[in-house]
Amino acid sequence: MTDILEKLSLYWDYPFVRYALAVGVLIALCASLLGVTLVLRRFSFIGDGLSHVAFGAMAVAAVIGLTDDMPLTLGITVLCAILLLRSGRRTKIRGDAAIAMLSVGALAVGYLLMNLFSTSSNLSGDVCSTLFGSTSILTLSKTEVWLCAGLSVVVVAVFVLCYNKIFAVTFDEAFAQAAGTKAGLYQLLLAVITAVVIVLAINLVGSLLISALVVFPALSAMRVYQNFRAVTVCAAVLSVAGAVTGMLISILGGTPVGATIVAVDLAVFLGFWMIGRVTGGVSG
Amino acid sequence: MVQLICQDLSVGYEGKRVLQAVSFAVRAGDYLCVVGENGSGKTTLLKTILGLQPPISGSVCLQGGLQHKEIGYLPQQTDVQRDFPASVREIVLSGCQGRCGIRPFYNRAEKQLAADAMRKLQIEHLVKRCYRSLSGGQQQRVLLARALCATRKMLVLDEPASSLDPGAAAELYALLERLNREDGITIIMISHDMWAASRYASHILHLGSARFFGTRAAYQDAFPHAFAGVPRREGDAL
Repeated sequence: MTDILEKLSLYWDYPFVRYALAVGVLIALCASLLGVTLVLRRFSFIGDGLSHVAFGAMAVAAVIGLTDDMPLTLGITVLCAILLLRSGRRTKIRGDAAIAMLSVGALAVGYLLMNLFSTSSNLSGDVCSTLFGSTSILTLSKTEVWLCAGLSVVVVAVFVLCYNKIFAVTFDEAFAQAAGTKAGLYQLLLAVITAVVIVLAINLVGSLLISALVVFPALSAMRVYQNFRAVTVCAAVLSVAGAVTGMLISILGGTPVGATIVAVDLAVFLGFWMIGRVTGGVSG
Repeated sequence: MVQLICQDLSVGYEGKRVLQAVSFAVRAGDYLCVVGENGSGKTTLLKTILGLQPPISGSVCLQGGLQHKEIGYLPQQTDVQRDFPASVREIVLSGCQGRCGIRPFYNRAEKQLAADAMRKLQIEHLVKRCYRSLSGGQQQRVLLARALCATRKMLVLDEPASSLDPGAAAELYALLERLNREDGITIIMISHDMWAASRYASHILHLGSARFFGTRAAYQDAFPHAFAGVPRREGDAL
């Protein structure tokens, strides 16, 4: 035990470890807040779809030689999120099919571009780290950390201020609109912050594993709690705890960061699922 | 006092008309049942009245100080709601969202309003229960309480009893009748239940192949078979 503590305090002296923990916690918090409404609106897979779009955008940025790929990636992902979330019901291609199409399409085009034009000597390493986020969380620069922190604070603030409206629009869009809430505006807002969170989260877990950050905490919380506020708070707590635990394990054990966090989330989900089965859910 | 006038109203979506040139007026305290075959445009008509979609032609006119957001709406249930983790209190309180404007949280008066609505519909004991664990009749009462938070004037209901067993449906109809009689709330309700229409409605709007708008008694004369087996109510003027 003292070994572990010593090792941790040793690592704690490295700024990149502190940055990684701070960013990890913030991203996990944002993803879980959004996750509750995305899961309830049957958009669980949106994280996957959008992250593949972001992957494609990163490939494009790499090919045209942008050193800072964040603005382009963010722009393209936000655009796709708006298209997917807003036109959910009225388009000819239904929501799930549209996400599947966009997701694999962007993945294929991204990989193709990287293959054709890449100047890097370690192509499969590059692709692998974008997909699974192997080490990028540990290589964040100070600017990236502040950018992440700033965007996370904005996302959390928007969520808290719009909490009641988000609940109303998620539960019953038609009623919310009839009662004078601008449902379209809130859908748009949710689409934009979903895209922002996903682009940020690629740093943490890579683009293949993002859905886990979005859906696991929400689903775990829903096994046990029976009202919206408790589910939201519980999801946020579980997500932050899962991210911290996962990162610590990965630092100590040398395991890949993203996969470890997802494995912890999965274990928490199984635990909550069993608690839910035993207690039948609590109403508090 | 006239609250709602629809003049030569055609409704539909994506440019497709589902209902042509219907005209009718609703006065404060009326109980209007909208009946007709499936696909005759009943739900689309309600959504147009509520301002959720624009009319294709013609006009919807609200009068007597009534605003779109002051109409309480009870939509058909969606899949999302059936397993939604929300307490009764959270849902009823969300009926106050139109009163908030851009204020992010509910104030004390709105919480009181929600409590009053729950008392009126006798669901106070369910306040902390989860919506998905309630019976169909209880769920409809919760949604009705939410609609009451939004309105004191007019309720618009889309087949509120379609998924209820006969006992729960009768209780719901009794509640609606009380809201109509005692609180003077105007009711516009889509229903497939001709028995309920014949028993509670003051006016009937029949859409579809045969078009009709008028009082219930006039409807009974025009379509004697529609209320087959339903006795005339006392005091019906011909």
